[in-house]
Amino acid sequence: MSGGAEYSVPVGPIHAALEEPVLFNFKVDGERVVDVEVVPGQNHRGVEWMGMQRNPVQVIYLAEKICGICTVCHAYSFVRAVEHISGIESTPRADYIRAILAELERMHSHLLWAGIAAHEIGFDSLLHYTWKVRENEMDLREMITGNRVHYDMFMIGGVRRDIKQDQIPKILETLKYYKDNFEKLGKLFLQDKVIKMRTQGVGVLTKEDALKLCAVGPTARASGVPKDVRQDQPFGAYLDIPVKAITPDALTGEVHGDVYDRIIVRLLEVKQSIEIIEECLKRMPEGPILAEPNITRLLIQLKKAHGEGIGRHEAPRGEVYHYVRMDASDKVTAWKVRAPTYANVMPWVPMLKGQQIADIPIVAASTDPCMSCTDRAVVVKEGQKPYMISGEELHKMSVEKTRRMMA
Amino acid sequence: MTMIFELLTQMFKRPATNQFPARHAPKSVHGLVATVQAGKAKLNPPVPVPEDFRGKIFYNRETCIGCKLCINVCPAHAIEFLPENKKVRIFAAQCIQCGQCNDVCPKNCLSMSKEFAMADTNKMSANLIVEK
Repeated sequence: MSGGAEYSVPVGPIHAALEEPVLFNFKVDGERVVDVEVVPGQNHRGVEWMGMQRNPVQVIYLAEKICGICTVCHAYSFVRAVEHISGIESTPRADYIRAILAELERMHSHLLWAGIAAHEIGFDSLLHYTWKVRENEMDLREMITGNRVHYDMFMIGGVRRDIKQDQIPKILETLKYYKDNFEKLGKLFLQDKVIKMRTQGVGVLTKEDALKLCAVGPTARASGVPKDVRQDQPFGAYLDIPVKAITPDALTGEVHGDVYDRIIVRLLEVKQSIEIIEECLKRMPEGPILAEPNITRLLIQLKKAHGEGIGRHEAPRGEVYHYVRMDASDKVTAWKVRAPTYANVMPWVPMLKGQQIADIPIVAASTDPCMSCTDRAVVVKEGQKPYMISGEELHKMSVEKTRRMMA
Repeated sequence: MTMIFELLTQMFKRPATNQFPARHAPKSVHGLVATVQAGKAKLNPPVPVPEDFRGKIFYNRETCIGCKLCINVCPAHAIEFLPENKKVRIFAAQCIQCGQCNDVCPKNCLSMSKEFAMADTNKMSANLIVEK
């Protein structure tokens, strides 16, 4: 397919894979990607500035709205940062409830991702199957928190709702459903010929590159870097329940750092999360769920807080980091959020180099990027009129590649 | 192979999706609403919401003392104070249904209902402004 000449193909900022507003400038030779330049920062919403106009209790809900899929980890990191400044400590029972919520979120996020990965290579029946399996867990979280997506459970010094005794059988029943279905899900994803063809040896990130480019979360772990905030700097309930970072060699005995390995890591983490939740339910102590149940008194206490604090948490995509500064006023003075995708943007460059255009969606989706929306790409050929490749067309190219490989 | 077996078994199972509000997408939404109102058609009920669901906010104007604590904690600035009679007005279109005002209210005059179908073409319509 190579004609010898190089063309540049910008993909985005309204992005073709996974609905993320990020701009890629590809240099392609025929179908092969020669070079990639990533231009992030297309979706700046000023969330941190909005936070600086509000008091810490209001910011918790704003932090949750940074992302619809990882709402727990942003709220968790923010309350940890404020607790760090004010010296308010969350109660032991609240720590366990927080861990349960965080692990439920990880399960749902990984299942959602697995479905999208299947969709990107044109395996839509598997997408629908995975999302059907995920639905049980959405119902569970709706029962515990009162909402399917934004849970609004976190409060400085604890959580807002308790897990009641009569809810525990339902939680265990749902976990059992996942344990029963885990084998099948693993078989569908890891032993399928189509998935193996499209993901093995595709989008490789070596261990050296992962370390050099500071990849985080499952992206780093799939390249054999065992890093996980819950393991390296445990907090809350993770102090009692040790977590070990999962690398793909746990299943296959070797690390390739390709898209297939990222599927392995995420599926194994679903299983790990189930085990953590069960352990949490077993060990959960009795007691209050809030250090200061009166919100008015809590706000007065926070008004006196002075200093800077850091909150970290292992989100489904990697490490979330919140920096907060408070200067004894009712508002937050400074707030900085670093979401995991920010660290996972640069690894896209070595992953995409040498790949085909039809592999862009699955490779870009494999880091589970979390920015946001619609899809479109423009092909600019020198001396000719620019024309558009729509996101649908790019998706079609990806599906056609699967068909070609099957034939 | 596993997937083909899974798909074939699914053909004989009930669909996982709840067919709310109707089995097939209607040609015209207004037409569907009209036939339902005339009693000619029935809607499929939605999936029941859990016990502690946070839906549209309810406000008891009588017990409200106008302390403004709810305004202080509302993250979405959805609550407006009415100084002439010391009551509040809530804009449901702006409300994010976190329920923080319910927790902070000393008189328990705010609560979250189970109502969730609030779609409207006008965000200032009477249905979306909670005053009593």
